[in-house]
Amino acid sequence: MTQAPRPRLAVWKFASCDGCQLSLLDCEDELLALAGAIEIANFPEASRTFIEGPYDLSLVEGSITTAHDAERIKMVREQSKFLITIGACATAGGIQALRNFADVDDFVAAVYASPQYISTLKTSTPISAHVPVDFELHGCPINKQQLLEVISAFLAQRKPQIAAHSVCIECKRRGTTCVMVQGKPCLGPVTHAGCGAICPAFGRGCYGCFGPMETPNAASLMREWQLLGASQRDMHRALRTFNVAAEPFLTESKTHGD
Amino acid sequence: MDDRQAPPHRAVITVEGVGQLLAELATRGHRVLGPTARDGAIVYDDIGAVSDMPQGWTDRQDAGRYKLERRDDDALFGYAVGPQSWKKFLHPPMETIWRSRRTESGLAIDAPIAVSEKFAFIGVRACELHAIAIQDRVFLEGPYVDKAYGVRRQDAFIVATNCAVAGGTCFCVSMGTGPKAQSGFDLALTEIIEDDRHVFLVEVGSDAGADVLAHIEHQPAARMDVIAADTIIAHTAANMGREMETTGLKELLQGNLTHEQWEKVADRCLSCGNCTMVCPTCFCTTVEDHSDLAGLNAERVKEWDSCFTQDFSYIHGGSVRKSTSSRYRQWMTHKLASWIDQFGTSGCVGCGRCVTWCPVGIDITAEAAAIRAAPQKSSVVADARA
Ligand code: SF4
Ligand code: SF4
Ligand code: SF4
Ligand code: SF4
Repeated sequence: MTQAPRPRLAVWKFASCDGCQLSLLDCEDELLALAGAIEIANFPEASRTFIEGPYDLSLVEGSITTAHDAERIKMVREQSKFLITIGACATAGGIQALRNFADVDDFVAAVYASPQYISTLKTSTPISAHVPVDFELHGCPINKQQLLEVISAFLAQRKPQIAAHSVCIECKRRGTTCVMVQGKPCLGPVTHAGCGAICPAFGRGCYGCFGPMETPNAASLMREWQLLGASQRDMHRALRTFNVAAEPFLTESKTHGD
Repeated sequence: MDDRQAPPHRAVITVEGVGQLLAELATRGHRVLGPTARDGAIVYDDIGAVSDMPQGWTDRQDAGRYKLERRDDDALFGYAVGPQSWKKFLHPPMETIWRSRRTESGLAIDAPIAVSEKFAFIGVRACELHAIAIQDRVFLEGPYVDKAYGVRRQDAFIVATNCAVAGGTCFCVSMGTGPKAQSGFDLALTEIIEDDRHVFLVEVGSDAGADVLAHIEHQPAARMDVIAADTIIAHTAANMGREMETTGLKELLQGNLTHEQWEKVADRCLSCGNCTMVCPTCFCTTVEDHSDLAGLNAERVKEWDSCFTQDFSYIHGGSVRKSTSSRYRQWMTHKLASWIDQFGTSGCVGCGRCVTWCPVGIDITAEAAAIRAAPQKSSVVADARA
């Protein structure tokens, strides 16, 4: 077969833990196929190779927390034909968006010996708050099968098969007995599918890692949590994790005190 | 004819006889599936012996609540239906429809040939027999036959169980589907537990059932066995956890498409889809096409879908049912009303699963009753409030 020029891929990191990028490296069995299908032009986590843009596909991990990054993401967007954000940080601001509800200067003073060297924004915001995004892949971390699906779909120029419905549908397809009906509060009914309903399969309630599903009714779910004995603090904390800045988790969390 | 005695229409077997039944079905090449207790619930899975069954367990069910409890006897079938139904075997949650490969000479398509696993279902309830009959109608009748379903279905051997306890959310009596198994089984058991004996009245429902019975130890049924079984079933019928008034229900719902109750239920409904997943008659699926990185292989898979998702009613430009009220209304009117237009029966068999397994305990019988209590005559069928 004659080799057509491969599309160029760039992977970018903003404020994040690297876990989502690692999902890509974690695709051991598929890495060769990936490298055959796409030219990895810029992926500092994996390779020192750096090929100048423009890029056909950019995967962006992390949220915007500094003025410098707010500028850098614009440069990324300009160089990218297709921009996909990956993970809770990039799609919702991540756990670091907890700073949005506190005084960031207090944090800086508490954590750093020389706070004067720290230059940071008061908020952590998703990439979509700064530049147009072509597709958002949710999860903390993302699911590597879903990442491969998104890249394969991009290559085949088809729609990625990423469902936006509840975790419950995955949970039921998997044959798990609902933990919530057995008395354990679960965020599955308001959470975006993608993980394969792992936690309920191990007898735990869903933690909401994939953020809000397409039509979340958090108020109703929290009323039921209360009936199951969850305290105001339990509900506040459950809603304020990796996707704290995503609606309606944010608004609903405000109605339950810490 | 061989020289075996013609089996009786009814017989009595013991707990050991149930064990022999499982073994006999396995010997005949069946994959024997039945109730077992796992993760705090009665689920259906492979069983090899009576010891795999939830002996001595029962369940306590209410809207959005389920709990296993110990019984004070060793009943094998002393509980109502659990979270799963036989749907998961006959109409599996995920199925590959075809695969394709790019080859030197073009495209090779490979459609998996449905193979029968020769299921034997142990402990199928009357409501579930009706649910299977409903799915048979959906998948096997009309111009578009689901061949894979047909293959899985044709060899299934069905051992029914007449319910000795009604679950807290059961309403088969209202729907005319139980608690006694009337047809659609090979053998039907009624568990009789008395001070001095633990036996099962067996009714034969097919030639295959008669043949299997002939190979396990059994006694002829006495009149008192039949009376004992009838008494148990009558007691179950008198203790339904829920009730649904079905008179004119179709017209009632179809005439109340803008009733305020749809908004009220939408305030509670999570549009999570659990009710449709657990419903033994819900048949909807979506198809997904996947291709690999190299663009050499592709496959089309079919997965259970739900009318509670946005994608379900997505047509060019967006989802037709944007509001939760319109989605709940789709589910409930399909089950209880438009199913009748479509297939000639109700789509609800009164198993109560959607009530028990709704995380917020939305109760289809209560929703129907609320509309009946204060109907708001409206005939605007096309009023799709998106
Ligand atoms: S365990 Fe959680 S995710 Fe699974 S069905 Fe129940 S509520 Fe939904
Ligand atoms: S609608 Fe509910 S009660 Fe009726 S058959 Fe389905 S799950 Fe059972
Ligand atoms: S109620 Fe919904 S999911 Fe169930 S069969 Fe009808 S349309 Fe399909
Ligand atoms: S009725 Fe209950 S189970 Fe069904 S979608 Fe609504 S909340 Fe989920």
